[in-house]
Amino acid sequence: MINKVVSGADEAISDIENGNTLMLGGFGLCGIPENCITALVKKGVKDLTCISNNAGVDDFGIGLLLQTRQVKKMISSYVGENAEFERQLLTGELEVELIPQGTLATRCMAAGYGMPAIFTPAGVGTEVAEGKEVRNFNGKDYLMEYAFDADFALVKAWKGDTAGNLIFRSTSRNFNPVMAMAGKITIAEVEELVEAGELDPDHIHTPGVFVHRIFQGSAYEKRIEQRTVRTKN
Amino acid sequence: MLDKDGIAKRIAREIKDGFYVNLGIGIPTLVANYIPEGINVVLQSENGLLGMGPFPFEGEEDADLINAGKQTITTLPGSSIFDSAMSFGMIRSQKIDLTILGAMEVSENGDIANWKIPGKMVKGMGGAMDLVASAKNIIVAMQHVNKAGESKLLPKCTLPLTGVNCIKKIVTELAVLDVLPGGGFRLIERAPGVSVDYIRQATTGKLFADDDVPEMILN
Repeated sequence: MINKVVSGADEAISDIENGNTLMLGGFGLCGIPENCITALVKKGVKDLTCISNNAGVDDFGIGLLLQTRQVKKMISSYVGENAEFERQLLTGELEVELIPQGTLATRCMAAGYGMPAIFTPAGVGTEVAEGKEVRNFNGKDYLMEYAFDADFALVKAWKGDTAGNLIFRSTSRNFNPVMAMAGKITIAEVEELVEAGELDPDHIHTPGVFVHRIFQGSAYEKRIEQRTVRTKN
Repeated sequence: MLDKDGIAKRIAREIKDGFYVNLGIGIPTLVANYIPEGINVVLQSENGLLGMGPFPFEGEEDADLINAGKQTITTLPGSSIFDSAMSFGMIRSQKIDLTILGAMEVSENGDIANWKIPGKMVKGMGGAMDLVASAKNIIVAMQHVNKAGESKLLPKCTLPLTGVNCIKKIVTELAVLDVLPGGGFRLIERAPGVSVDYIRQATTGKLFADDDVPEMILN
């Protein structure tokens, strides 16, 4: 069994360089690679292009990398919860490409499945279609969208083993499995790292072949963005 | 004239037994509160959940279990979890029977604008463009006129589009309208106490209405 374990986030991200393109898993603040983000802030790499569904909030998630001006460009579907993001966008410090959420997921998927492009109806007839090839299949128009090309994918899983196999928990799965398949180098941080053989092969969501480095993260905050509850009668 | 809950109640009557439904943010979310008794519906949340349950009881919130509005939620017996690519796969391949979402404008040929206002901070389209481009059945829940009193049912949208030629039905505080395949809005039902003339004045796009249009039934 090939051992994928590294000591921690600092070692895992040590070769991420200025100007790299990163995929970061998560939906809102759910399932984000908290430890890797903290390590990137510490390392201080700049001019990053970040592919991530959202851009965190002011003081958590990718918002931490925005505060320190480490992000040159965001590729996201929705960025509504971040005032610092808005400020940098309006002053032109930050470049933003907004793309449909399904297109974002499927461009990751295409990269992970070794396909150069996909055809999707999302955005046909809108400004998203500008400059893109349109093809008609069975009477319906589709946009050609390219697979992403990311230097690193940073994903967060619930459990992982020393062989790099991953299991996600609940809706923190979101973009993580498709991004894990898509990175040239994929770094997985997990809440619980176990020996190879301890996870049931039938329960693996992401096979270890896609994961290059794995470590057990620490001090997960797992912040809740919208705490909604009902009261017991 | 209906309030937001009234619009949600009327839309809930469009939901059939056995439907898989995606509810957008805003009025569409309220529809979940009015699904008729005895009807089995599975709610999809596009961040990766089928079978969305109610909010958790206080103290039982799970940071790993949220809906597309980032709210803490619960699962139900029969729920399933999947990744984002599969989530939009089931949307694109039309496994989701009904999509309900809000809009800023709808045109008489079924175009929708609901994601961007020029000059204002753009937050993004999220999953809206994927949903409107693929769903076989979309109902728009919205106010008939905007805050300035201008109609949101137009000959042509003025705001940047989310999707083209995709909306089939609209429910507002005033009316239920179908978008006709050849273009134009057809008035199907009036809100209680609202006249056809009033609806005509609030609709800038082409409106087809009989003299005798029934009132909505809400319960």
